[in-house]
Amino acid sequence: MSEPLGTPGAPRSLPLILARELASSLATPMFLLDPGGMLVFYNDAAAMLLGKSFAELGEIPSGEFGAALDLATPDGAPIRLRDSPSGIALIERRPAHTVLMATAYDGARRTYEATAYPLLGGAGEMHGVVAVFWEDAPAEHAG
Amino acid sequence: MRARVWGCRGSIAAPGPDTVRYGGNTSCVEIRLSSGHALVLDAGTGMRPLGVAMQEDMPTELHILLTHLHLDHLQGLGFFRPIYVPGREIHIWGPSSPVQHLADRIAMYLSPPLFPVRLEDLPSRITFHDAPEEPVSIGSATVRAAKVTHQGPTVGYRVEEQGRSFVYLPDHEPSLGADLRTIPPEWMSGHDIARGADVLLHDAQYRDHEYGDHVGWGHSSIGATMQFAIKAEVDRLVLFHHDPYHTDIELEQLLADAKAGWPSMADRVMLAHEGMSIMLGAKPVSVGHPAR
Repeated sequence: MSEPLGTPGAPRSLPLILARELASSLATPMFLLDPGGMLVFYNDAAAMLLGKSFAELGEIPSGEFGAALDLATPDGAPIRLRDSPSGIALIERRPAHTVLMATAYDGARRTYEATAYPLLGGAGEMHGVVAVFWEDAPAEHAG
Repeated sequence: MRARVWGCRGSIAAPGPDTVRYGGNTSCVEIRLSSGHALVLDAGTGMRPLGVAMQEDMPTELHILLTHLHLDHLQGLGFFRPIYVPGREIHIWGPSSPVQHLADRIAMYLSPPLFPVRLEDLPSRITFHDAPEEPVSIGSATVRAAKVTHQGPTVGYRVEEQGRSFVYLPDHEPSLGADLRTIPPEWMSGHDIARGADVLLHDAQYRDHEYGDHVGWGHSSIGATMQFAIKAEVDRLVLFHHDPYHTDIELEQLLADAKAGWPSMADRVMLAHEGMSIMLGAKPVSVGHPAR
């Protein structure tokens, strides 16, 4: 009973592997970025935001991911990637938290509390970033 | 390189009439390199007879590679005769910790009241190193470690010499939270060092029906081990870290499960046993079989 052998991508470090396993087990939207800022995994709960499963979309650059969600402050000002929690966690290597608006694939604009934190190894090396979105308020359909 | 198994039992030594064929000593594997160096993978109770044998055949240089510091992988260190040889140079490698140096962690065992001799009082000259996550040269081999899924900081090792690769993952639960049938290989714990190995020694502590009661304990079912080996495209798979409650007969049933469930591996999967010798050179890999 052999399995199909896919072509392996870049090796993943254990902290990132364990983060993916944790994300897969949760009903809270969770995104994983690799040390280069590539969105390398999101769970099924996050797929409800993006409208497609990770199996369908695959890895995407974090900029495209931010643009797809049209991230903005509660006042409607666009949030630059570097100012988003995941951008801060990646660039400044520290946890960050904010309230933001995101537009899901179905056009529903929702308010989330978003937290991101870096995965730092024992020698201070960066393994990636975990970003978690908690829905904060009832959906409010665009238009 | 030539590998020899001195202990392949998991968790606790299990001597007795029911474990004679595969052995009761805990994890210890010796690798002799063409350069005359010796690598000793883990310091389980199998290290005691290894130390006796080494008195007659001391290597050029001696490196002990610890995967982690659970007692079944460390208990033999205090009974390893070379550490009592004055001036004898020994290198010990183990998983790094941001909290405590490797020597301090090992000294928790090698000190009273757990052990009468203090690590600092040993007459040999021991140098401690963090397990190398980038390749390092030891004699004629290249050695690399990678952190893997187990309880506490744990690594596996890959040893390469003359184009041959030997991978050692004695305590490993890659299926924890992951479906090994569907997960991309690069997202599988241990894949990076196991990929394409000529020989893989891997944790196979449980039969599949036993695993359900042991999820998260840090060990593998035979099904997960087979899936891991196939996905990592290894050539030979040696089942290791035998459950201390498994008799020789039960181990052979576990092997039969593996061969029946994964016929593509039937000729390439075997049980580790004390005294097993594995030759990795220019010729095809040769593996010794247990005495009947």
